[in-house]
Amino acid sequence: MARPVAFSLRRRLVGQLLALAAVLALVLSLAVRIGAERAAQATLDAVLGSAALALAEEMRAEEGGVVIDVQPATFSMLAAMGEERIFYRVDIGGQTVTGYGDLPLPEGLPTTLAPVFYTVPFRDARIRVAAVARSLRVEGRASPVLVLLGQTREGQGAIAARLGWQAAALGLAVFLVAIPLALLVARSLTAPIDRLAEAVGRRGPRDLRPVRDPAPRELLPFVTALNSFIGRLRGTLSQTETFIAEAAHHIRTPLAVMRNEAELALRQSGEEATRARLRGLIRSADDAARSAGQLLDHATVLYRADQADWARLDLAEMVRAVAARLAPASEMKDIDLVLDIAPALPCEGDAVLIEAALRNILDNAIKYSPPDTVVEITARIEGETALVRISDRGRGLGGAAPERLLRRFRRGDNVGDVTGSGLGLTIVEQAASAMGGSFRLRAREGGGACAEFCLPLV
Amino acid sequence: MRGILFAFGLMLCALPALAFDIEATQDFGPEAPLQRLSVLSTTDTAILEPVITAWLERNPGLGLRYVMASSQEVYRAIAEEGAAFDLVISSAMDLQMKLANDGHALALPADLVAGQPVWARWRDLLVSVAQEPVVLILSDSALRAGEEVPRTRRDLIALLRDNPERFRGRVGTYDPAESGAGYLFAAQDARLSDTFWRLAEVMGRLDARLYCCSVDMIEAVRAGQLLVGYNVLGLYALAGHSEGLTVVELEDFTLTLLRTGLVPRMAPEPEAAVGFLRYLLSQEAQALIARGSGLAAVEAAAFERNPHLRPIRLDPGLLANLDPVSRQRFLAEWRAAMEQP
Repeated sequence: MARPVAFSLRRRLVGQLLALAAVLALVLSLAVRIGAERAAQATLDAVLGSAALALAEEMRAEEGGVVIDVQPATFSMLAAMGEERIFYRVDIGGQTVTGYGDLPLPEGLPTTLAPVFYTVPFRDARIRVAAVARSLRVEGRASPVLVLLGQTREGQGAIAARLGWQAAALGLAVFLVAIPLALLVARSLTAPIDRLAEAVGRRGPRDLRPVRDPAPRELLPFVTALNSFIGRLRGTLSQTETFIAEAAHHIRTPLAVMRNEAELALRQSGEEATRARLRGLIRSADDAARSAGQLLDHATVLYRADQADWARLDLAEMVRAVAARLAPASEMKDIDLVLDIAPALPCEGDAVLIEAALRNILDNAIKYSPPDTVVEITARIEGETALVRISDRGRGLGGAAPERLLRRFRRGDNVGDVTGSGLGLTIVEQAASAMGGSFRLRAREGGGACAEFCLPLV
Repeated sequence: MRGILFAFGLMLCALPALAFDIEATQDFGPEAPLQRLSVLSTTDTAILEPVITAWLERNPGLGLRYVMASSQEVYRAIAEEGAAFDLVISSAMDLQMKLANDGHALALPADLVAGQPVWARWRDLLVSVAQEPVVLILSDSALRAGEEVPRTRRDLIALLRDNPERFRGRVGTYDPAESGAGYLFAAQDARLSDTFWRLAEVMGRLDARLYCCSVDMIEAVRAGQLLVGYNVLGLYALAGHSEGLTVVELEDFTLTLLRTGLVPRMAPEPEAAVGFLRYLLSQEAQALIARGSGLAAVEAAAFERNPHLRPIRLDPGLLANLDPVSRQRFLAEWRAAMEQP
């Protein structure tokens, strides 16, 4: 049988969760990295800015020029963090008086005594520069002073990179934890699907009840569709069976009329040849009626097996009733029905089905038994079940496997002149399995057959 | 040992197209080496010669050209002329720092840098190859019987002030206006202690003589022209014969200069330079230098044994020393101390 195209929901779910975790880890790492970079930059800017301010503020005009006090300690301090390189430049009145004359100027001139920060490439490095402007009275005139103090930021980069890596490691750890978690989540999500599939798969071949197992809301459309499909199937089946039942019923009634007419004719006719023909006619009508009855029984069993219209009942009582009903038929063949029945066998099931099953077994036993024999009927508790055993001294199974005889329209090879439809044992078997019971048929020692019908006790 | 060594002596005229002034050039190793390492240095050839020879013995086929120049010229050669040298060794810590800070140095391998104490390196650009104390030298005739050798600057000031006749015109020190090292020492002294300016004033009053170089100062003390030499590089003081003079490491503090090496960005053979530098920093080479020259090896323990030793801090603080405006101001004060009415 071709399997439907399969893909794994669980694998998809795990894949998507893992992708999500990876993205989260990446974002976490990047966010920490950027955050650390910003925090480090703000801290280092504050130090750089105050150093530039100190340099600018300590400038003063004296006799013979401007005094600039470049403190080694300031540079040492600025360079200490991550061993940075230091560059500076002091302009007075637009002229560079000391430092690196090629250090790039800020885009806009800083306002008085508030440092402006910018990052520029300088020589072979990228540097962060703090620019401070002030004015100084030189020889009676106010001159603009611009102090630039720059440092490389390799330490800052290193800190950000280190924190970034730590965050990435954390992200990776989260990712690793997410894997079993994702598997667990996927399993718990798909578990109801598995349970539902198992519940549907466990059903018997004729169990066409709608699915009522608990299912997650997301699966309800599927379950509804399945139930509607089951409903249509059951509708089709019951139509077929109704048709068979109708047909059997419509045949039985004219047959009964025909038999009555033939019996009347037999009583009125004096001619022996005609009487023999009429007797043959009556027998054939009986057989036909029996077959129609079994078809009707079969259809009933099929139909009622699905309905599961169960009730508490006493199997012992029913065995007695069926035996009583078939007593006239056995008397006609001088067959003794020996009953050994327990006082009460409480069971649960469909009374119509059980009645049909018992009737068919006993009917078969009487039909195939030669005259002047005994059919034993026992009904008792055996373990957890109620067991009805009907044994005869008929022609047995004729060497055929019991399972073969249980198939529809299949009869033994040794039926001889006995008429039958081949439906009787099928009806019994289906009735038993519909109610959770069983039916066994075996050859009996010393000739004959033994049929056992079991139902679970309540 | 000298078999592989070809000394060409002074080759001033043989060197083409070098615009900076060099003092001496010497080639070591075979005449036509597979690879020739060129070293630009302020250190006397004789001091590094045993190390160079030992290194060349280990690396046959290599040659080494040793070019000696003053610290200003060394700086100019690399910073302004982009001269093709593989290794630059200089005692001018501030100029070396400026070279490294301004991006003229190549990063050294991490393992080489990691082996050095923090105070003996800056980033992965600059490493100290030798340390030497800056000392006071006294002629034997500087002290009368019963006088004690001065142990601190305060002692020295007292000695000079109490005996002006004896010391007038016979005290010498570096001229900070002339010498980069002299300026570095004076500036560091001024930073570390208030006594420096008092000492300067005392020396000025005694008509102190100013020198460009340690060697001249030592010679003057030995010749009896000077009784006291202040801020003399220990290396030169101890390298020669030391009879007739006393070397004093002042106990309030004694500056310790670091001779530093860097591989320039323009180096043609940076791997060989790193190889030589690695050997130079090895215990074996450091022992060779110490034995031959009395130059102390680079070791952290030296500062624990001698708490008065102060290594000059190897960081961009040195750049402030080079600031021309600050320098002018410092020199103006120095002149004021020296030239008293």
